[in-house]
Amino acid sequence: MRGAPLRIHLAFKLATALLAVAGSVVILMALTRLIPGDPATVILGSRATPEAVAALNARIGLDRPVGEHVLVFFAHLLSGDLGEDVFNGRPVAGLVAAALPNTVALAFSAMLSAILFGVPLALLSARNPGGKTDRVVAFLSVGFISTPSFVVAVFLLMTFSVTLRWFPVLGAGEAGAVGDQLWHLVLPTAALAVGWIGYIARLLRSSLLEVLGENHIRTLRAYGVSEAKILMKYALKPAILPTIAILAMGFGELLGGAVFVEVIFNRPGLGSLIYDAIRTRNYPVVQGGVFITVLLYVLTNLSADLTQTLLDPRERSRLAAARGT
Amino acid sequence: MSEALVAIEKLNVSYPGATVSAHVLDSVDITIGHGEAVGLVGESGSGKSTVAFALLGLLADDADVSAGRAAFDGRENVFATKEAEALRGTEIAMVFQDPMSALNPLFTIGTQLIDIQRRRFPNERRSQLWARAERVLAEVGMPDAPRRMRAYPHEFSGGMRQRVVIAMALLVEPKLLIADEPTTALDATVEAQVVEALRRLRRRTRSSMLVVSHSMGLIAELCDSVVVMYAGTVVESGPVKAVLRKPLHPYTRALLACEIDPYADFDPEQELATIPGIVPDPARRPSGCIFAARCTESHARCSEPPPHRQVEAGHRFSCWQDASR
Ligand SMILES: Nc1ncnc2c1ncn2[C@@H]1O[C@H](COP(=O)(O)OP(=O)(O)O)[C@@H](O)[C@H]1O
Ligand SMILES: [Mg+2]
Repeated sequence: MRGAPLRIHLAFKLATALLAVAGSVVILMALTRLIPGDPATVILGSRATPEAVAALNARIGLDRPVGEHVLVFFAHLLSGDLGEDVFNGRPVAGLVAAALPNTVALAFSAMLSAILFGVPLALLSARNPGGKTDRVVAFLSVGFISTPSFVVAVFLLMTFSVTLRWFPVLGAGEAGAVGDQLWHLVLPTAALAVGWIGYIARLLRSSLLEVLGENHIRTLRAYGVSEAKILMKYALKPAILPTIAILAMGFGELLGGAVFVEVIFNRPGLGSLIYDAIRTRNYPVVQGGVFITVLLYVLTNLSADLTQTLLDPRERSRLAAARGT
Repeated sequence: MSEALVAIEKLNVSYPGATVSAHVLDSVDITIGHGEAVGLVGESGSGKSTVAFALLGLLADDADVSAGRAAFDGRENVFATKEAEALRGTEIAMVFQDPMSALNPLFTIGTQLIDIQRRRFPNERRSQLWARAERVLAEVGMPDAPRRMRAYPHEFSGGMRQRVVIAMALLVEPKLLIADEPTTALDATVEAQVVEALRRLRRRTRSSMLVVSHSMGLIAELCDSVVVMYAGTVVESGPVKAVLRKPLHPYTRALLACEIDPYADFDPEQELATIPGIVPDPARRPSGCIFAARCTESHARCSEPPPHRQVEAGHRFSCWQDASR
């Protein structure tokens, strides 16, 4: 991609992104067919009449070949139609729209806390590598990373909600009551963020140490620039660029983790929506939910890519120069 | 005559290795008078940069440094960490070997030129520091200095970057300016410009200089005296004129034979003379003369440590051969 103008760069990224989204929908639909057992029979029970089964299959689109099914899905998509709930006929778009804000709030607050705690931990470690603080942080980080978020979720729930009763047990809080919603967000956020705190701490630490060994840092040391300023200003900026890229890619994993956390804390959201839909073989809801999740994931990656580009003056002027010609 | 600005005697530096430690500097003596420019010459790997970094206290953490005497401007024992730190960026400044990597790519030249002055001028406001940086940048031959202050390092050519690095050293008005291979990374025309900038600066300031180079030509242009190093030891030292006119150590003669005459016509057929053999591994130093293995004039006596001899004023060398040759 070196030397490509901004517009081509963007178009290429966007095309790749859309292709990924489309591809994932196709794979999802093909997988649906591979799951053993006729979905209609699972949904309606084994004593359903053949007519009822046929009617349901027609409504879901399972009576047509996969290729046609995919085309119909994308055709409807163009008019903002994601299909209908098998059981009550409500539009999937509406269900997803209702669930989305909860999940996005959870993912963002997890990402934010991961940065808020991970970055200072990385700075503390890099200040004196091999020192006591570094070793303690390394121990904690590896522990955090290797504990799955659903284990943390169950632990937090049992300790702080059930035993100590400091936090609410279930749900997302009352609609409109921001304070209550935030209160309900604390434990799920912690469960989801813990691994990422460790991950950022490790990642940024090694990135910082690499930058600290570079010649431009030695230049600053030769002029007696304070270690604090070197670390917080001149080393942090170059070190955090690769971390941003990895964080954005991790957003997908964060959404995946959100499924477990939402299910355990019984929070409404994309995760629990998809989870419930899979359990009841509510395929249109699964498809719509997964489609939006993948779209979110891809868009986040795209914006991370752009952020990284715009933060680096070398990339900025490279793109500006390419635009000028 | 008053005491020299820098008086270093018997400087030893070694790095601990897995089995044996690498003795990188062996009993190096260097004296730099007030306002004097001293050249440090030798093949790559002979320990020139190590001497420069030792003066700044910027050697790697595992370096084992000891000196019989280390005095700077009347203060003794300046290799102690705290002492060396206090001198950095106030009384000693350094122009680094590689201008491409000596500047932080993510910050403007102006920002970096400001921050390196903070230690030297702690009470000045940002605007004063900025004005001084602009002025000095213009002084070292940067066209359109006020606008270039807001540019990033990648927007400068190699020669212009080297001027920025030289400007840094000038900004702090040091008593000693160290230039480590200031022109090695540059092509011939740019090299001439940078040499001119350094020479102008020598005429204007009264600071002492230590010019590190593997090229005798550069040192002849810039310096009053020269110290010839080979594999961590000083083999010859004295006034530039005397050493060039009458090189006494076989290594100095070999080095001079390797120089290309910058004024001769370029001849692609011409074979560049090289010294046969390689610099000995610092972990396995011979007990006698360190150069004996590669010396065309070696004899039985050379397996013993060579004597330090002095001919005329200040012209010294360490060799077993007859000094009258
Ligand atoms: N951190 C280090 N650890 C071990 N050996 C080192 C280290 N830094 C430099 N050296 C060794 O010191 C010797 C002299 O290096 P240097 O001072 O850079 O030479 P020069 O500047 O003359 O080319 C080399 O043999 C090099 O391998
Ligand atoms: Mg060197």
